[in-house]
Amino acid sequence: MGENGAGKSTLMKILAGNVARDAGVIEIDGQRVEIATPADARRHGIAIIHQELNTVPYMSVAENLALGKEPKTRFGMLDRQRMTQDAADKLDRIGAKIDVTQPLGSLSIGMQQMVEIARAVGEEARVLVLDEPTAALSRTESEQLYSLIGQMRADGVGLIYISHRMEEVWRLADRITVLRDGRYVGTEIADDLTEGQIVSMMVGRDIADLYGHGPREPREPLLRVEGLRGNGVGPFDLTVHAGEVVCVAGLIGAGRTEMARLIFGADARTGGQVWIHGTQSAPVDPAAAIAQGIGMVPEDRKSEGLFLEHSVKDNIAISTLEDLSWMGILRRPKLRAAVSERMAQLRLRSNAIDLPVEALSGGNQQKAAVARWLLRDSQVLILDEPTRGVDIGAKREIYDLIDTLARQGKAILVISSDLPEAIGIGDRVLVVRDGRIVHDMPSAEATEEIVMLHATGARAATAQATQHKGARP
Amino acid sequence: MSSPNPKPAFDFAKWWDRVGILLVLLALVVFMVIAAPNFTRVDNILNILRAISINAILAAGMTFVILTAGIDLSVGSIVAVSGVVSVLAAVAGVPAPLAILLGMAAGAACGMVNGMLSAYLALAPFIVTLGTMTFLRGLAYTLTEGKPVVSSTLSFKALGSGYWLGIPIPVYIMAAVYLISWFVLERTTFGRHVYAVGGNPTAARLAGVKVKRVTATVYVIAGVCAGIAGLIFSARVISAQPTAGQGYELDAIAAVVLGGTSLMGGRGRILGTLIGAAILGVLTTGLILLNVPFFTQLLVKGAVIIFAVAIDSLKQRPFLFGSGKRPDGTTPPDNKATS
Repeated sequence: MGENGAGKSTLMKILAGNVARDAGVIEIDGQRVEIATPADARRHGIAIIHQELNTVPYMSVAENLALGKEPKTRFGMLDRQRMTQDAADKLDRIGAKIDVTQPLGSLSIGMQQMVEIARAVGEEARVLVLDEPTAALSRTESEQLYSLIGQMRADGVGLIYISHRMEEVWRLADRITVLRDGRYVGTEIADDLTEGQIVSMMVGRDIADLYGHGPREPREPLLRVEGLRGNGVGPFDLTVHAGEVVCVAGLIGAGRTEMARLIFGADARTGGQVWIHGTQSAPVDPAAAIAQGIGMVPEDRKSEGLFLEHSVKDNIAISTLEDLSWMGILRRPKLRAAVSERMAQLRLRSNAIDLPVEALSGGNQQKAAVARWLLRDSQVLILDEPTRGVDIGAKREIYDLIDTLARQGKAILVISSDLPEAIGIGDRVLVVRDGRIVHDMPSAEATEEIVMLHATGARAATAQATQHKGARP
Repeated sequence: MSSPNPKPAFDFAKWWDRVGILLVLLALVVFMVIAAPNFTRVDNILNILRAISINAILAAGMTFVILTAGIDLSVGSIVAVSGVVSVLAAVAGVPAPLAILLGMAAGAACGMVNGMLSAYLALAPFIVTLGTMTFLRGLAYTLTEGKPVVSSTLSFKALGSGYWLGIPIPVYIMAAVYLISWFVLERTTFGRHVYAVGGNPTAARLAGVKVKRVTATVYVIAGVCAGIAGLIFSARVISAQPTAGQGYELDAIAAVVLGGTSLMGGRGRILGTLIGAAILGVLTTGLILLNVPFFTQLLVKGAVIIFAVAIDSLKQRPFLFGSGKRPDGTTPPDNKATS
C-alpha cells in the first residue's frame, strides 16, 4: 500500500523488467536473479497484471492467449484447434467460464482481467503482481477476482497486491507493506494492524491534521435534488446547503459518478428534479447546468476535465468566455486579469498562465480545473475524486480550498473513494450503493466501519467476511 | 511548480512552432530568386498571389474543420456547385450581387449538410464528406447537364480577373478571408470553442461548450470559403464548370498540415495555413519558371510536404531536438516505458 506517487508502480516496473534498478538485489527462492528485460521477468516466473490491459481487443480470447507463441501444424500453419483447446484449458485452470472464440474486446473488463490471469497461470507464474486490479471492476467481478486470488494462494503462488482500498486489503492480505515517497516504511502482519496505523504509515502524519477543518455553519438549502434518475442510477434525493461540504462515499461502481453527471446534465435523466436556490432547474446539458450555477470537476481530469495542450489561461477561462467578451469578441486584458486573480487565489504561480496545462503537476492541474468554476462564480461545486493522483501536500491545499469555498457560501459535493477523506473533510457523508443513497449522516458520527457497512450492504459484508476467513489456509 | 525557473535553453520545438514553416517559405523564395531570374518581377509575384488565392481560401475554411479534428473532402465539389449556381443565376439575369450571394449560400448549404451529418448524427466526417464529395459533384453535373456553361459577358467576372490599384481582386478577397478567420479564431469566444472542441471534445462539453453546434458551424464556414473559391474560379474561366475544383480538397489539406495544424485537432494557427498555401504556390510557379517537367514537379511537391510535416512531427521528440524538459522545468514522466 501507499499513497499515489509512493513508488508502488515503479517498484513493480523494476520487477517486471520495464525499468532498470539503480541498486539492490532481487531474489527468487533464495537465488539472486537479474531482471533486465520483461523476458527475464517471465523466465523467472514473475507475471504482472496491469491496471490497463495489454491485449488486442479485436482478436479472440484464444488468439490473445496464444499471442507470440501460436501453436503450429506440421505444415507451419496455425493450429487453430490446439490453440482453442489450450486456451480453454488455461481458463479452466482458474475456473473461468469464457467462450474462447469471442473477441476479447466484447468481454467486460473483469473478464479480460481473468484472461490475463489465465495467461499468467498458464505460464506457470510463481509470483503474480496485481496493480490495483479492482479499480475498473464491478462488485461481482471483484468478488470473482477475490476468490480466484484465494485459490491461487492455496496453489502456492506468491501474490503482490497493490491497492488503495482498505476493505480489500483487509480481506486479502497476509502481510501489508507500506511505501511512502519512494521508500520502504514497513511490513506488518495484516491481523496485527489497525486501519489507523496503516494510514499513518502511509501519510506519515496524523489523520486529523490532514483532514481537519474549522467549524462551518451551513445555511439555506442551495442544491436540492428530488427523485433524479437515469443512466442506471437513482431515483435519489439529496440536499446540499450553502456553506456545506457533503461527501459521497461508496464502492467503485456504486454509481456516484453517474449521479454527479445527472445533476450536471452530462447524461440524460429519465426523471426527477433539481433545484438551485429554490429555482427549479432542469439541466438538459452541461451548458445549461453551468448557466444555473453548477460546476463539476470530473473524475478523470486528463481525459474529461482539461485541454492538456492548451494554456492554463484557456483552460480556466473556457466556461466564462461569454462574460469576458462583448458581442462574441474577447476582452483579452479583462480575461487575463480575471484569470490571474483566480490563479493567485489558488496560489498557482502567475507565470504559468501561458503554459500548457499538461506542464503542471497533478495537484496544480486540479487547482486549474477548480479555478474554472471560481472564475465562473459557480455556487454549486461537484468535485469527483478531487485528490486522485495528487500528492499529500497538494491534498492538504485542496482540502483548504474546499473549506474556504464552503465558507464563502458555496455548496460543495465531493465524491471520494478515500474513506478517511470522505469522512474527514465534509459536514455530512452520503453513502451510495447500487445507484441509490442508502445512508446520510453527519460526518462527526461517521466512521469507516459504518460507511463500509452501508456501502457493501451489511448482511452481505458479514457473510463474505465469514466465508473468507473460512477459506484461509 | 515548485521547481526553480529553468535556464532559457534553446528549445527547438518552441522555436520551430513560431518560425519554422516561415523559414521553409523564405528558403524556397531565396532559392527561386537565385535560380529563376524572372521570379522577383512584380507581375510574377502578383501572379503567384492570385494563383494561390483559391487554394488559400479553401485552406482557411479547412483550418477551422481540422482544428476540430474533422476533415472536409467535399470542398472541391462545393467549388463546382457554387460556381455553377452563381453562373447559372447570372446567365438567367439575376443581378451580380445576388448571384454572388447565391453562390456563397450554395456553399453554406453544402457545408450545413456536412455539419449536420457529422455533428448531430455523429457520423465520421471523413465518410460524410467523402459521400457529399461525390454527391455534390453529381449535383454540379446535373445542374449543367454535364457540359460547361460559358458566358463571356459574365456579370461578376471581375472577381476573377479584375484589378484594383494594380493588385488582382482575388488577392483582396484572400486577404479579407484571412483577416476575418484570424480574428474569429484568435479573438472571439467561438474561436476558443473551436480549439476546445478539437483539443478535447469530452472536456469541452463538460465545460459548457455546445460541441455539436460548434462542429456543425465549422463545416458551414468551410462551405462558405469553398463557395467564395468557386465564385473566383468561375469568374476566372467565365463559365460554370462541373469539373471545377477536382482534387482541390487535397491541396487545401496539404496547406493546412504544412502550416502546422494538427490533424488530431486543437492545435494550429490560421497564419500557418496561409504560409503553407504560399509554399505550395511558390513551388508550383517556381518550378514552372525553372522549366521543370510536370512529372518532376509532382515529385518535388510531394517530397516538400512530407519533409515539412516530418520536421513538425520530429520536434515532438525531445531527445532529438529539445532539452527534454517541460516548460516549468520538471522532466515529464516516461509514459512509453510502461506496460
